[in-house]
Amino acid sequence: MEERRPDPDALLKRVQAEEAKQARGKLKVFFGATAGVGKTYAMLGAAHEQQNDNVDVIVGWVETHGRAETEALLEGLTILPPRVVEHRGTTLREFDLDAALARRPQLILMDELAHTNAPGSRHPKRWQDVKELLKAGINVYTTVNVQHLECLNDVVTQITGVRVSETVPDSVLEQADDVELIDLPPDDLLQRLKDGKVYMPEQAQHAIQNFFRKGNLIALRELALRRTAERVDQQMEVYRRDHAVVRTWPAGETLMVCVNMKPRGPRLVRAARTMATGLHAKWIAVYVQTPRHLRMPQADRDRVNQTLRLAELLGAETVVLSGANVAQELLSYARTRNVTKIIVGKPVRARWKEWVFGSVVAELVQQSGETDIYVITGEAGESRPLATQVVKRSSDWSSYGLGVVGVGLSTGVAWLMFPYFGLANLIMVYLMGVVLVATRYGRGPSVLASVLSVAAFDFFFVPPYLSFGVSDIEYLLTFAVMLIVALTISGLAVRTKQQAELARHQERRTAVLYALSRDLATHRGLATLTQLAVKHVREVFDSQAAIFVADINKHLVLQRGEQLFFEFDPKESGVAQWVFEHGERAGPGSDALPGASALYLPLVGSRGPIGVLAVRPTLATRFLDLEQLHLLEVLANQIALALERARLAEEAQQAHVSVETERMRNAILSSVSHDLRTPLATITGAASGLLEEKNQLGSTARLELAKSIYNEAHRLDRLVRNLLDMTRLESGAVQLQKEWHPFEEIIGAALTRLESRLNGHQVRTNFQQDLPLVLLDGVLMEQVLVNLLENAIKYAPPSTAIELSAKVSDHELVFEIADRGPGIPPGDERRIFDKFYRAGPAREGGVGLGLTICRGIIEAHGGRIWVERRRGGGAVFRFTLPIEQPQPMIEPEKAERHPAV
Amino acid sequence: MVTHEATVLLIEDEAEIRRFLRTSLPAHGYRLYEATTATDGLAQAKARNPDVILLDLGLPDVDGTEVIRQVREWSAIPIVVLSAREQEQAKVAALDLGADDYVTKPFGVNELLARMRAALRHIAGSPGEPTEPVFTLGDLKVDLGRRQVFVSGKETHLTPIEYKLLTTLIRYAGKVMTHRQLLKEVWGPLHVEEGHYLRVYMRQLRNKLEKNPAHPRYLVTELGVGYRLRTE
Repeated sequence: MEERRPDPDALLKRVQAEEAKQARGKLKVFFGATAGVGKTYAMLGAAHEQQNDNVDVIVGWVETHGRAETEALLEGLTILPPRVVEHRGTTLREFDLDAALARRPQLILMDELAHTNAPGSRHPKRWQDVKELLKAGINVYTTVNVQHLECLNDVVTQITGVRVSETVPDSVLEQADDVELIDLPPDDLLQRLKDGKVYMPEQAQHAIQNFFRKGNLIALRELALRRTAERVDQQMEVYRRDHAVVRTWPAGETLMVCVNMKPRGPRLVRAARTMATGLHAKWIAVYVQTPRHLRMPQADRDRVNQTLRLAELLGAETVVLSGANVAQELLSYARTRNVTKIIVGKPVRARWKEWVFGSVVAELVQQSGETDIYVITGEAGESRPLATQVVKRSSDWSSYGLGVVGVGLSTGVAWLMFPYFGLANLIMVYLMGVVLVATRYGRGPSVLASVLSVAAFDFFFVPPYLSFGVSDIEYLLTFAVMLIVALTISGLAVRTKQQAELARHQERRTAVLYALSRDLATHRGLATLTQLAVKHVREVFDSQAAIFVADINKHLVLQRGEQLFFEFDPKESGVAQWVFEHGERAGPGSDALPGASALYLPLVGSRGPIGVLAVRPTLATRFLDLEQLHLLEVLANQIALALERARLAEEAQQAHVSVETERMRNAILSSVSHDLRTPLATITGAASGLLEEKNQLGSTARLELAKSIYNEAHRLDRLVRNLLDMTRLESGAVQLQKEWHPFEEIIGAALTRLESRLNGHQVRTNFQQDLPLVLLDGVLMEQVLVNLLENAIKYAPPSTAIELSAKVSDHELVFEIADRGPGIPPGDERRIFDKFYRAGPAREGGVGLGLTICRGIIEAHGGRIWVERRRGGGAVFRFTLPIEQPQPMIEPEKAERHPAV
Repeated sequence: MVTHEATVLLIEDEAEIRRFLRTSLPAHGYRLYEATTATDGLAQAKARNPDVILLDLGLPDVDGTEVIRQVREWSAIPIVVLSAREQEQAKVAALDLGADDYVTKPFGVNELLARMRAALRHIAGSPGEPTEPVFTLGDLKVDLGRRQVFVSGKETHLTPIEYKLLTTLIRYAGKVMTHRQLLKEVWGPLHVEEGHYLRVYMRQLRNKLEKNPAHPRYLVTELGVGYRLRTE
């Protein structure tokens, strides 16, 4: 039983894959050996059948090549109007992806999957359009010829001698839900060609002579059939796996293909892919960046990048390693990834070079241990382009010249030393010259310097002088040893220097990452973080950068700040949105929209996409360099995580604030509703008593009712006033109207206002003589005093004294109001100034805002307010106000007395 | 105080306030006309030529201050403004434009009657000089002919400005005077912005005339507006 149980992990994977497929549209490929076998015809026929079954079918793009029978089949099908593109004066008609997505048919026909779109389209290739359609859940019918498959590209070229530039990644065909092989025997196809059913007559003649030779057709037919058979085989295996027919798990093979800048890289990659497919193994394409990489011509670097991109396209994982020794790096990486097979290109260097400098392949083979090494041939005739070598050499000429100069200088020094020192020391001088040249100018010049040093030594210092002749045969040994030593130390010096360079390079990269992560870690807030991120990207990549962050509705918002952003083409904000939605990068060097002015990278955090990073380098080709791109991606990752963290913090903060606000609102509601209702209840009750029709009340009783209405209305007025004041203070709507006031006047005004409510309390005042003027807002300050006095009246027993005093102390005016009330409960000294806080039971109405308003006003004046327990019982409220200097000038009057008439 | 039946024009859009005044004022010997808009109010003011106008500042059609401006173009009818508390600036503007006094909502009938009486008294006497040569208020006596001031029978010396300030307040006794109006009367039209002069002299005056300057009986402050010589 155990043996028949399918692997749960594999099952899970299959379920996930199928779920993903269900949301996606289904892809059916009509697959043929060459043009003219009837793919489009078959596709249109199938479309008609679907339409008859009431499926919403639309023709996205069909190329009839003027074939009558095909055109006839188009009738009755809806055709999506093409997009018209102006390109360099010519008008191109192109498939309209956006219109198709907007129209959302159930099924769309997309002829010629390998087609290259007109410049300026969203994707460079039609198969990418198809991918997007599928992602949007639209089913697609498409056609493709075997020669357009990426992995068969080389084979087809070998067979037909024609290189096909329009290719489709194999993964597209592999992921198709259905592949229908449209087959036609070569003779029938040739007959159709001759009948003009495939191409127009003159084109047909040309075609038969070149591509459509019978031999070619047979070979292509075989390829197509075999390819289809492979697919069927895979399906069979999947079926067997699902039904656990037999356990046929291959051991987890991993292939690694080593890429270099040689032109045969693509071929190597394709071979590796074929091998990986055959073994059902995953595969990795690796490039080892040696110190030389930094000095490589741009053309070579580009070739490496292109090769790696091709590998990625074909389904490989791509890795760039750094190190001085290629073989060592490859092997150690292979071990960490459990690579079972390593594929390398066959070296094309001359035998002697290999013997002198060693070769990566030889080293790999020697040290590979249990890993298999596959060595694959390069293709003849594809040697390096001459141009790059010329460029390289011309840049080196000066170094060689300087190498020669170095030897000249050594000779000069040795000449000066010659009369006093032995030959051994002169040799040392030359060796030192070689070391200096080696560290400065690299291998070539140092080798030259080594040889020249030996020659110069011989010429100038070995008898017979000023001749290359040698008097003593022993000197030959000296020369040989000197040459070997010079070459060896020059080699060592060069390598040391290269390693140092590489280390510096790595260090810079690490420093960049460190600086960014440190900045991102020590700052808070989305706005600040985007600013920092933009700043770093700008500095590191010498480019303009911008960050879009998605809002709640998944709409991207450009984060603006003091940093200058580049002006976006409005079209390009659409690019950003596309990148955000698809989670793929777009712009130069990527598959989508290579024509965009900037590179757009999705910022994906752990919980999904957050935004988009847009980078426009000053040098347009900058991000074609894979290493730079990787660095940018690492930065983008860090930025995404930091932004996500900020976003989460913001959300948490908002949640906290809304809870706080909710709590506060509830407090206000319960407090206000209670405090407003109490006087309202009294007023309503008393008024209804007065309103009674058969009024039994005596005049005293009526007076009492009227009094209580009057009092309660006043209380209500105070409540509303306090609420309004609080609201105004909190909203910041209060502007202080400061003027110079004698403080006594404010107290006087407050006392006058409260006269009718003093309730038998005595008010005693005790003011220092000649109080200075105070700069304050009189109306608000009167409110403070009224509130404090009301408070005292409210809590102190009637007919006790309330004492007010004011004095100057330490450049401040100190005011105090003391009562003989119950005082403040210990611990409440600060809280009584809080909103809606009331000390003790709410005896008198009040929302608990009076003191809060006092504090607000006093603090707005730059003062402090606090309360203390009074000796002998009661409370003392004190506040201070700053005494501004200078005091305003008041001109004294001359005459003391008014003059008599 | 009112010998003949004085007429009052009430310009107010709040129905309940009109209702409350409609019942209260006739009981105190006033005859009431009502208008609910500024336009109607101005028309009635011309047609009826009332003894006093009660004007709400927050009218639906035209701003209350505009009504004052237009009335003052042709008449010196006393105007008492009914204002809400948050209309501090509008209140002062109304007084400076020529309104005679104000009450702040909510107000009691007694308060309003006192304001109306003061306004009417002011118009009853000649607009410039006081009629009585001697002004008496509680323990305060001012002999305007001899320029002598007595507190509880004791002569008190005032500086010329203090004296001028006091006589100005006496001339408009019971009525509020804005800072601007007082500064203009006492110091002249060039000094209307120097509010602190006024406050300092007012403090000096209180120190000389009031028993408890911190809780004045006569010279009361209306913060943000001005001063009033309280007569009742």
